[in-house]
Amino acid sequence: MSEDTHLGGRHPFPSTRWSVIEAARSERAEERQRALDVLIPAYWKPVYKYIRLHWHKEQEEAKDLTQDFFVRLIEKQLLDRFDSSRARLRTYLRVCVDGLVMNSDKAAQRLKRGGDIALLSLDFASAEGELQELQIPAPGGAEEFFAQEFARSLFGLALERLRRECEDKGKGLHFQLLELYDIDEGGKNFTYEEVARRFAIKATDVTNYLAFARREFRRIVLEELRDMTASEDEFRREAQALLGVRLG
Amino acid sequence: MRWLTDSALERLREAADAPDLEGTRYRLINKLGQGGMGGVYRVEDRTLEREVALKVISIPECSGGWSARLLQEARVIAKLEHPGIVPVHDAGTLPDGRPYYTMKLVQGKRLDEHLKDVPGLSDRLRIFLRICDAVAFAHAHGVLHRDLKPANVMIGPFGEVLVMDWGLSKLLGTVASARNLTEPEENKIREAGSDEGTAHGSVLGTPGYMSPEQTRGDALLDERADVYSLGVVLEFLMAQGSPQPVPRALAAIRRQAMADDAARRYQKVPDIAVDVAHFLDGLPVSAYPEGPFGHAWRWMSRNRAWILLLLAYMIARALVIFFRPG
Repeated sequence: MSEDTHLGGRHPFPSTRWSVIEAARSERAEERQRALDVLIPAYWKPVYKYIRLHWHKEQEEAKDLTQDFFVRLIEKQLLDRFDSSRARLRTYLRVCVDGLVMNSDKAAQRLKRGGDIALLSLDFASAEGELQELQIPAPGGAEEFFAQEFARSLFGLALERLRRECEDKGKGLHFQLLELYDIDEGGKNFTYEEVARRFAIKATDVTNYLAFARREFRRIVLEELRDMTASEDEFRREAQALLGVRLG
Repeated sequence: MRWLTDSALERLREAADAPDLEGTRYRLINKLGQGGMGGVYRVEDRTLEREVALKVISIPECSGGWSARLLQEARVIAKLEHPGIVPVHDAGTLPDGRPYYTMKLVQGKRLDEHLKDVPGLSDRLRIFLRICDAVAFAHAHGVLHRDLKPANVMIGPFGEVLVMDWGLSKLLGTVASARNLTEPEENKIREAGSDEGTAHGSVLGTPGYMSPEQTRGDALLDERADVYSLGVVLEFLMAQGSPQPVPRALAAIRRQAMADDAARRYQKVPDIAVDVAHFLDGLPVSAYPEGPFGHAWRWMSRNRAWILLLLAYMIARALVIFFRPG
């Protein structure tokens, strides 16, 4: 998550429970806040970009709507109506965004922020910069666009967590190799021997370090995803959608 | 947080999905295919210095249903040693906890792709007979395939016909085996089902290729469920290529294999294979009772060369008699 938001950080949910939805539905404010700490870092950018590009809203209005959406998510208890047997959480949230935007003309009726509701600190400038790299979703392509942006957001969070964990364990080089091969454009053109010389390690170390970083990345992605799904079935389907790769 | 391009996302997906082979005898080469349950990769067996195919589950799950299914698949194939069934070499668990098995690397084409190179009906029917051989062998060893379709048949570079993807296979109820899945395990697999084209809710199989009883989710399937699927495969083979009308006897074979009522179908795979072989040899088929005219027509078709020779002889004799001088 971006440094200039108060949201994010490692959340306290155990990795084998579907607790975020339950927390969001909790009577207790601190439980609902815990749910927000999981959902907002992963979803705010997809929501903002979706409102900007799919709904063609101007920056300021898109910011307002994004803030409104997450406040309403908890205050209006939108997740109470979520049924994981009927839809994915991701799809449900997108449909909720659609509903919010369609009603946005009723500005006077919109929830007024301020007072006892904290304004979320979101790095809209970075999201706005990323919009330059994106295409306007094709007609009928809303779900695909939102899914791709959710994947981008989740992978970004997972990479941040992986970087922190690698540094904590003194394995910064492992993460650097992952960045080189799997994130940087053209990184795969380097042979393991070339990379080994560059980092003054053995070629077999490159293989092992990369395998470690990829394995940890997979673990973290799946842990994050598990927290954001409401059932085993939804988790499996989302994991399939996230990790399903096209054949080259 | 750095910006991830679409191509970086794709690379990360591949990296996260690729099997972790650290500490194993295998080295990853590339990905061969992706199904709903998992992926198949070309890997190098460094001990034996050969390439093999490695199948691994993509997605972790709590219930263990898919893991049980993969292990079941490996065990089923391992017990079926037949030229028409890909041999399993090894099975185990990767360092990341995902179960896998390795098998012979088949470098060929799927049947549906291969058929573009096989215009003749006779050649296509000979392929069908070899599919029947493999399935009949599996049945003889108490194994139902339950997902027979052209996409699950591979044709090797030397014409080998291989029946693939035994992921939905099931040991026949008449065969007692400790290896069979327990009912709770089977239920877990059913619950897991959203496999691409092979699992739909509580029903396992591929729509269009499943028998009515399989579509209904009947618990007690037998060989006739695979006979039905073979009938659909036969129909597929007949529909490809040649624009000529399907011979009636062959259409009757297809109809009997695909009868809604299992009792009216061929009861065993060899029964349909015998009928198709008889059709190829110009012999009567059990599915198509023919009258005297039909019998005579088939006899004449079968002995066309002799009949033409006889006709030529008779015409020649007639010409000699007609034009004989004096």
